[in-house]
Amino acid sequence: MSVLVYTENWDGKFKKLSFELVSYANEIAKKLNTSVVVVSIGNVGEEELKKLSNYGASKILNANNEKLNGLNNQAYTSVLAEAVAKENATVIVFAHNNSGKAIAPRLSVRLKAGLATGVMTLPSSTEPFTITKKIYTSKALANLVIKTPVKIVTLLQNAFGLVEGPASGTIEQFNPELKDSDFKTKVVDVNKVTGKILLSDAEIVVSGGRGMKSGENWGPIEELAVLLGAGTACSRPVSDEGWRPHEEHTGQTGKIIAPNLYFAFGISGAIQHLGGISGAKCIVAVNKDPDAPIFEAADYGIVGDLQKVLPDLISAVKELKAN
Amino acid sequence: MNFEFTEEQKMIQQAAKDFAERELLHDVIERDEKSEFPAEHIKKLAELGFLGMMTDPKYDGGGMDTISYVLAMEEISKVDSSVAVVMSVCNSLVIWGIETYGNEEQKQKFLRPLASGQKIGAFLLSEPEAGSDATSQRTTAEDKGDHYLLNGTKNWITNANSASTYIVIAQTHPDKKHKGINALIVDKNSPGITLGPHENKMGMRSSDTHSVMFNDVIVPKENRIGEDGFGFPFAMKTLEGGRIGIASQALGIASGAFERALKYSMERKAFGTEIFNHQINAFKLSDMAVKIENGRNLCLKAAWLKDQHLPYGTASAMAKQYCADMAMEVTTEAVQIHGGYGYVKEYHVERLMREAKLTQIYEGTSEVQKIVISRSLLK
Amino acid sequence: MKILICISNVPDTTTKIKFVNNTTFDNAGVQWIINPWDELALTRALDIKDAQPGVIETITVVTVGSQETEPTIRKALAIGADKGIRVNAEPKDTFFVASQLAEIVKKDNYDIVICGIESSDYNGAALGGMLSELLDMPSVSAVSHLDVINGQVQLKREIDGGQETVEAQLPFIGIVQKGIAKEPRIPSMRGIMMAKGKPMEVFEGVGADSFTEFVGFDMPKPKAACKKIDPENVKELVNLLHNEAKVI
Repeated sequence: MSVLVYTENWDGKFKKLSFELVSYANEIAKKLNTSVVVVSIGNVGEEELKKLSNYGASKILNANNEKLNGLNNQAYTSVLAEAVAKENATVIVFAHNNSGKAIAPRLSVRLKAGLATGVMTLPSSTEPFTITKKIYTSKALANLVIKTPVKIVTLLQNAFGLVEGPASGTIEQFNPELKDSDFKTKVVDVNKVTGKILLSDAEIVVSGGRGMKSGENWGPIEELAVLLGAGTACSRPVSDEGWRPHEEHTGQTGKIIAPNLYFAFGISGAIQHLGGISGAKCIVAVNKDPDAPIFEAADYGIVGDLQKVLPDLISAVKELKAN
Repeated sequence: MNFEFTEEQKMIQQAAKDFAERELLHDVIERDEKSEFPAEHIKKLAELGFLGMMTDPKYDGGGMDTISYVLAMEEISKVDSSVAVVMSVCNSLVIWGIETYGNEEQKQKFLRPLASGQKIGAFLLSEPEAGSDATSQRTTAEDKGDHYLLNGTKNWITNANSASTYIVIAQTHPDKKHKGINALIVDKNSPGITLGPHENKMGMRSSDTHSVMFNDVIVPKENRIGEDGFGFPFAMKTLEGGRIGIASQALGIASGAFERALKYSMERKAFGTEIFNHQINAFKLSDMAVKIENGRNLCLKAAWLKDQHLPYGTASAMAKQYCADMAMEVTTEAVQIHGGYGYVKEYHVERLMREAKLTQIYEGTSEVQKIVISRSLLK
Repeated sequence: MKILICISNVPDTTTKIKFVNNTTFDNAGVQWIINPWDELALTRALDIKDAQPGVIETITVVTVGSQETEPTIRKALAIGADKGIRVNAEPKDTFFVASQLAEIVKKDNYDIVICGIESSDYNGAALGGMLSELLDMPSVSAVSHLDVINGQVQLKREIDGGQETVEAQLPFIGIVQKGIAKEPRIPSMRGIMMAKGKPMEVFEGVGADSFTEFVGFDMPKPKAACKKIDPENVKELVNLLHNEAKVI
């Protein structure tokens, strides 16, 4: 028996998210009296792989094959299915991000393993396997029972955090069988934005809404983001107006994020927007309308004029950083 | 009796609501302030078929019933009455008039582009000295054998500048008084037509209202609607339907203001609680809700009668008078509930209040509706 | 080319969510809509069809649910889909729904099947993947751009911090996300009228397992009240974020 984790890498490196997944799997493994096996697909150095052991990886299956460069839903599913069989895994953990969402459902069908997506906690019981997830875009919670012998979960980012728990971390080369029939899609080009903090990675997110009045007024938001090492985001009207790219749209139909700190400048806080940020640990809202619903969701609020508050905030942060 | 809307009616209502919220809301305040005609917005509305929504599909119309029209008018008017009035004038006055009383040739030539929304229309009845009293027309349409020669001035003409097709009510036989009046379809680009300046109005500021002057304008005889002298009954019949449009507009203004006031009352706190929890506000909102429900029922009743081909003149007058007066009351209370915020533009209710006022005045003042209603009591 | 769009009937996104006894969703007064991601998928398919008349033969929409979901299908027809299919079955879980849809896909030769990346009710984000696996079809998920050029499908997929251009053999399943189309369409009067005459087929559901079961619902705990800070004293905010919340 084992708990299996799929950890994605980004140009050969893991992120906090990867270690969070292993930490989470390790806690489940403890409940089941078993251990954690991690599957890594792609070219990752031994030193980087070894880092996974700090969070509880007993074994690391390293599937490094050129054919597996670039996410291929069918091929990756086959790799993971083989790993599950080999390691006799009963629980499989993915991140609730684009690759998790791409592979986990296919694996669920292939293994006849029930799937709980977007979970935020450890299972409240392992028999029956009961787990809580957000539904209606965070407006409600549901308890879901997975009825099948093998269970798959996708974990929301930042929902669990990091828990150190050193384990042996034996690295094992893994050469799964690759069938040509699995390669019906091909990545032909990759276009990455570099030098910017990704919204999905950002611990702090600075976000603006329609109250910013125009895309040309984003200077202070970007300045504050740079100061804090934060990512930038926006509300839906802003991306619809084309003031900011749609990748920044945070909310029900855009990105769902869970940073430690979220700044909402000139965002009224429509229910669809709140759905996308309710996982944030701390929310700061600045809005001139004292009745804006964003203040219901916020931990700290300033009712005031953005034109004045934003520059003041920037200088206050500069002062803090200087000390 | 059945108070349930059909699936189709609900879909039209939702489509109008989506349109209003997506296309109109974002710049309505700015357009109102600048008195800017919503040409692009109207184009989109026309593409969706809202300008000729009740016209027979064989003339490129939407083929929908009057109930659907009421629902759509309410939704558009919740957000922007300057757009709603274009919809009302096109549907109820110009298009309905030509479809109901025009001949086949006129329908092919004029109705088709109007019903499909490629062109918009205007209805020219009011004069400097003949507003609600439509019998005393001073504009003349002199019979010149194969054409009419049009002279005179029309006032307060909605869509005057943006319309391509006018229906002009004018006197041909002054000796016959109202029996000598004709209704003519006039191409707006005809030589001899000039417009007065854009009226700087209190509300519905982005609707394009002008006076129109006719100076020896030649109108072909085949553009006359109906028999010689049919103009007055034509205008009166057309206005009966027009009242349903304006009543629904007033209804929408009221329900738009009500929805905002209700939302505000549940968010705004005073004395430690949401102001809705102060009974004076709760009761205010309760009164507003009852009035709106009454108004809606009057509009739907008039629409239903029209759809059943039953007489609806009195019902539409009742709907128009009640909804217009009710909209004025409801919007005033909505501003009051908003307090100081209600008096500034960003909260929309002051604009709705300004818009409500016009519904008591145009297409027959509330007083004229009372004349119509009271006369019907004697029958 | 034939396109199939899988649509889900969900409560309007502004709905106040309530449960009866924490066991059943309270659907009193709820307005139902096409799941926003599915509606964007449909919008994109219609855009492609409009831009290249003749290339796309039909756009079919399918949903799994009781008769009460038919207005949602008809809305899709009013927007411009050519044909509607309803599988008469009460959805149990995503696997169950995917199993029903797999039967529908097998009935016809669809070149492209499109699913929204998730539904706004249970946020499963699994349907498209499950359907692909059941049919052994290639899938690409998080697709933010889809085009048909000379009979070939061109795709862009969102990845962390960028985009990949992906080629896929037909038939394939596209799992689409925001960006795939700008804004959903509003049905026109003509569209609403024509929807009445468009075909709507109803198939009985097939027996299928469910892997999971919802056993109870709850509302999130209310947040503590927002601490208001004087706009003249922004320093205080930074101080609180640093010393109290410890987030900067």
